[in-house]
Amino acid sequence: MSQNPLSIVVVGHVDHGKSTLVGRVLHETGALPEGKVEYLREVCDKRGMPFEWAFVMDALQAERDQGITIDTSRIRFATAQRPYILIDAPGHKEFLKNMITGAASAEAAVLVIDADEGVREQSRRHGYLLHLLGLEQIAVAVNKMDLVGWSEDRFRAVKAEIEAYLAGIGVRPTHVVPVSARGGDNIAGPSANSPWYKGPSVLAALDGFEPLAQSEDLPLRLPVQDVYKFDHRRIVAGRIESGRLKVGDTLVFAQSGASAKVATIEDWAGANLTRVAAEAGRSVAFTLDDQIFVERGQIAHLGGEGPALSHEIRARVFWLGKAPLAEGARLKLKLATAEHQVEVVAVERVIDVAELASRRGGEVERNAVAELVFRSRTPVAFDPFSANPKVGRFVLVDGYDIVGGGVVAEGVQKLPKSDNIFAVDHKVTAATRAAANGHGGGVVWLTGLSGAGKSTIAMEVERRLFLKGWQVTVLDGDNVRHGLCSDLGFSPEDRAENIRRVGEVAHLFAQAGLLVVTAFISPYRADRDRVRAMGEGFHEVHVATGLDECERRDPKGLYRKARAGAIPEFTGVSAPYEAPVDPELVLDTAGRSVDQSVEELVAYIEKRFSLSARRRA
Amino acid sequence: MNDLDVLESQSIHIFREAFNRLDKIAMLWSIGKDSNVMLWLAKKAFLGHVPFPVIHVDTTHKIPEMIAFRDRVAREWDLPMIVGKNEAALAAGMGPGQGRVTCCSALKTEGLKQVLSEHGFTGVFAGIRRDEEGTRAKERVFSPRNEQAEWDVRDQPPEFWDQFKTDFAPGTHLRIHPLLAWTELDVWRYIRREGIPVVELYFAKDGRRYRSLGCAPCTGSIESTASTVDEIIAELATTKVSERSGRAQDKESEDAFERLRAGGYM
Repeated sequence: MSQNPLSIVVVGHVDHGKSTLVGRVLHETGALPEGKVEYLREVCDKRGMPFEWAFVMDALQAERDQGITIDTSRIRFATAQRPYILIDAPGHKEFLKNMITGAASAEAAVLVIDADEGVREQSRRHGYLLHLLGLEQIAVAVNKMDLVGWSEDRFRAVKAEIEAYLAGIGVRPTHVVPVSARGGDNIAGPSANSPWYKGPSVLAALDGFEPLAQSEDLPLRLPVQDVYKFDHRRIVAGRIESGRLKVGDTLVFAQSGASAKVATIEDWAGANLTRVAAEAGRSVAFTLDDQIFVERGQIAHLGGEGPALSHEIRARVFWLGKAPLAEGARLKLKLATAEHQVEVVAVERVIDVAELASRRGGEVERNAVAELVFRSRTPVAFDPFSANPKVGRFVLVDGYDIVGGGVVAEGVQKLPKSDNIFAVDHKVTAATRAAANGHGGGVVWLTGLSGAGKSTIAMEVERRLFLKGWQVTVLDGDNVRHGLCSDLGFSPEDRAENIRRVGEVAHLFAQAGLLVVTAFISPYRADRDRVRAMGEGFHEVHVATGLDECERRDPKGLYRKARAGAIPEFTGVSAPYEAPVDPELVLDTAGRSVDQSVEELVAYIEKRFSLSARRRA
Repeated sequence: MNDLDVLESQSIHIFREAFNRLDKIAMLWSIGKDSNVMLWLAKKAFLGHVPFPVIHVDTTHKIPEMIAFRDRVAREWDLPMIVGKNEAALAAGMGPGQGRVTCCSALKTEGLKQVLSEHGFTGVFAGIRRDEEGTRAKERVFSPRNEQAEWDVRDQPPEFWDQFKTDFAPGTHLRIHPLLAWTELDVWRYIRREGIPVVELYFAKDGRRYRSLGCAPCTGSIESTASTVDEIIAELATTKVSERSGRAQDKESEDAFERLRAGGYM
């Protein structure tokens, strides 16, 4: 019983008998508890209807009242060969989101087709979607054979029709079985009603499916889910989506490219408390030998075999949103543990799943499939779905709702992979530069509310240090937004990107030997922590002027506008400010002149960066 | 990895997603075997820590051994525990005499809602499983509840590829179900493998044992001689009696349980 169960989804057009087939399979394999059939007979009697096998899975009143499956359901059963998870999926077009919910976790499928009605719209759509979801093993059950008098000709006609359709999308069904789910024919064994059929029963067809190959042999992909600090250690948590992880491996983190060795794999209780390796599928927690900056959304991999990185990706998408999707739409894309703000820049093809034809451009209606190009502000780390499904698929979120999913075909305008970027060593060292300048390079990062006095203080500090012969410059919020960051707004994502760019530039200047003073509200702690992790010599200075005082000063009239609702997402008014927990310096401006604050900061900088001060110390 | 390893890793993944994505979370602890397994998995996910409170909704009708067990484990594991009671309903004399479903709604569902709104929880872990019952078989892992804690079973969000619904309107909350994919047999095999403590009521005494635990008036024991975890596993491998057969509130009418759950029951 420790064998892993195989997941099978049953799909097909509404009313073609999926739930009935499921109920019958459960009955034939003895999976139903004692008294269940009698109980359902009673329920059907009360409703004045003949016995309905579908009621095994259709447990909702609305489903029983309307005689349709609304939502997907799962149940276990076993054959002599192995255990199964059977997933019943609704066939009604309106409930396609529920069909996908069921089908996406299956390893193989049974497509049910009514012998009398033949291949219908949802038969095709479901077949197409199974293929898109990556399911390659599909068996077909031609159901309700009793209604066509067990006609072999009719069976052959339906078989030919569905085989032709599936061939069009590159799928060959493993078996096509004539059945009557209601009568139990060809479910568990051969039926006397179809002497002309020599193939396997439905259960035998299921037993013929292969379990999906494990992704252990693919390159390591370990999306970071969280970083814990329960004690003094930083523990990185995530699930290995493919490959293997072992203590001593050098991990590279896409997209940052930072790397460190796995020091320990952590566990609590259980058989293996000194785990030194783990394989695909396992949720792990581990520590690193170096304090690099790691955060949720990054994908850990081994050097030389990282995922692709691209700002633009081409993908095949199924759209479940209530309104049609069009070019220009802005959505949230969730791939593994990363979230990206994306824009639909092209609707390349909308696919007609019935005719397998496609048209260029236009809108994507609900439940349609299309090929789209997304542009993301942040680089997306991924593998093509065909190479590594677990990190090649994503969902789309609009507001509070998941509105679609997709598989990545390829990156457009690929960026160099993170593991192909090698830092080149400078021949002029930091010490040489410091000796020439008389002070070290570094980043003095002022953070605080709008109106706190950051820019005023920074500019005056710059002037005074310059007069003393320092190599010094200021990066100011308003100024960079005219150029370096002119494409960014003030949403949390844009603020994060703004700070990331400024942080990178500041550290480059610092490496060039300059003392950089920055003046940015930088309200989010995580954004500032990320800048701290980018390089050496980062000093966080909290210009701790209170909100009331800032609002009283209101030098640019912004608080007034924000209070009037004219500025959305204004820090302190309609967006949060997260004060530093442990800054290097707090400038308390309350009751003090600008001069006093400037003097305090200049003294701090000289003490920390000036070579003569360091020598004196 | 064997099947229990797969289930364990999946549950840990769910715990970690909820912990990362939601601000204020808590875990329902019914004292039954499933919620003890859930608690164990939380400790696995967070390396021995339980970084959120556990909630026990006390109907005051629980079997006394359950409360003794609760207090012992809470002490030994140093659990941050919140005990919720619908005091108003209890003061008014609510009990199964007023109708089992009415009583469940008042003391469990309403009691739970009071705790959730008092503390402002936006995510709550519940140890339900698909194999228990037909409407639970249709559940999502991250299952939204509206402002009234109601479950809209006719319009559940899509959920696939382990990308869960973690965006939701203010005032609504999520039920998170880390054990949804487990079966009763999986739970007992895992209890055996890990040595997880469970209430003695599950083990046969004088030819009877409890298979599912709830309130004393509505929970019946079954005939059984299984007095160890191994014997329970052997019994379950062959039984054809359903797990909740001893739970009277499920059976008041065809849709009793669906109505309970749509109203906010676990």
